[in-house]
Amino acid sequence: MTAQRGGWLDAVRRPDLPPAGEYALRLADDALVLAQRTAEWVSAAPEMEEDVALANIALDLLGQARSLLTRAGELEGRGRDEDALASHRTEREFVNCQLVELPNGDFARTMARLLVFAAYQVELYSRLTGSADEVLAAVAAKAVKEVRYHRDHATQWVVRLGDGTAQSAARMQAGLDAVWPHADELFEADELTDALVRTGVAVDPSSLLAPWSAYVGTVVEQATLVRPDVTALPGGGRRGIHTEALAPLLAELQHIARSHPGARW
Amino acid sequence: MSDAGAAHPREWPLWEVFVRGRRGLSHVHAGSLHAPDAAMALRNARDLYTRRQEGVSIWVVPSAGIVASSPDEKDAFFDPAADKVYRHPTFYEVPDEVQHL
Repeated sequence: MTAQRGGWLDAVRRPDLPPAGEYALRLADDALVLAQRTAEWVSAAPEMEEDVALANIALDLLGQARSLLTRAGELEGRGRDEDALASHRTEREFVNCQLVELPNGDFARTMARLLVFAAYQVELYSRLTGSADEVLAAVAAKAVKEVRYHRDHATQWVVRLGDGTAQSAARMQAGLDAVWPHADELFEADELTDALVRTGVAVDPSSLLAPWSAYVGTVVEQATLVRPDVTALPGGGRRGIHTEALAPLLAELQHIARSHPGARW
Repeated sequence: MSDAGAAHPREWPLWEVFVRGRRGLSHVHAGSLHAPDAAMALRNARDLYTRRQEGVSIWVVPSAGIVASSPDEKDAFFDPAADKVYRHPTFYEVPDEVQHL
């Protein structure tokens, strides 16, 4: 949706936040929202071992979100820390991609989403280690090892379910078909990323598409599934436009901090 | 989570996990887990038993592949060694000239 670059929302949101802070916030919100979604599986996964695996993945993402939110707060310079940014922003102030907020669906759909997102994060973080922003570079260097494992976990399951029984293959294919229309948003460049690419802070999202596509294509083929041929949905998450799934997720994520402001434990 | 894999064939088989610690010389039994196959068993072991940097190497072995001594045979197996102290290498004078022993 390059036709919708910029837009009125940018004028009313966070005029103080410098571009690098906004960029850090995008990466942070992606990680935070998917951490919360993934944590929903804990105690509900098909096996206890999978509970632990998904909890580990959620905690990795939460750790990334904490560092990135802290960096966004520093760059903003208005004294907001990671907790303030996580708990005291409204839905329209979140700039995560819509892919990460989608409901989990069944286990196959969850693995399809994890494959799509972790494969993107591997390409992103492995390049972001060279960022001109030293904090972003350091976060990326740590996170790239984590997301390689997430990508591997998703790959293992997509291949097993896809190349499994007729039932598991049908559900795995349905999972891919459901998340695929949300993948394009990950690779959309806009004025913000264009400007930050010029200063060496950001990675051009559109440059990640080819390596991402090669990886997921290999996995889909190995799983004997069909790469979905679907039309991309409009997206808009980077401009604060979200699906109906985000608000309930944030309500759960934020309600303790909002019910008991300043609480400590 | 019963371990009666044979009685419930649809349940994932059981695996035994051995982890070598950072300074450990050999792999030590860490516990067991369920997994559909060897590759997933290795990954589950990573998630379950090396969360706190416990290890640098993992082995997984199908529990069914381990042959264990029976508690009933404990006396016959192990007690006969109890009075044979001469099997310990403590009855030798070490010559002064021997170094680095």
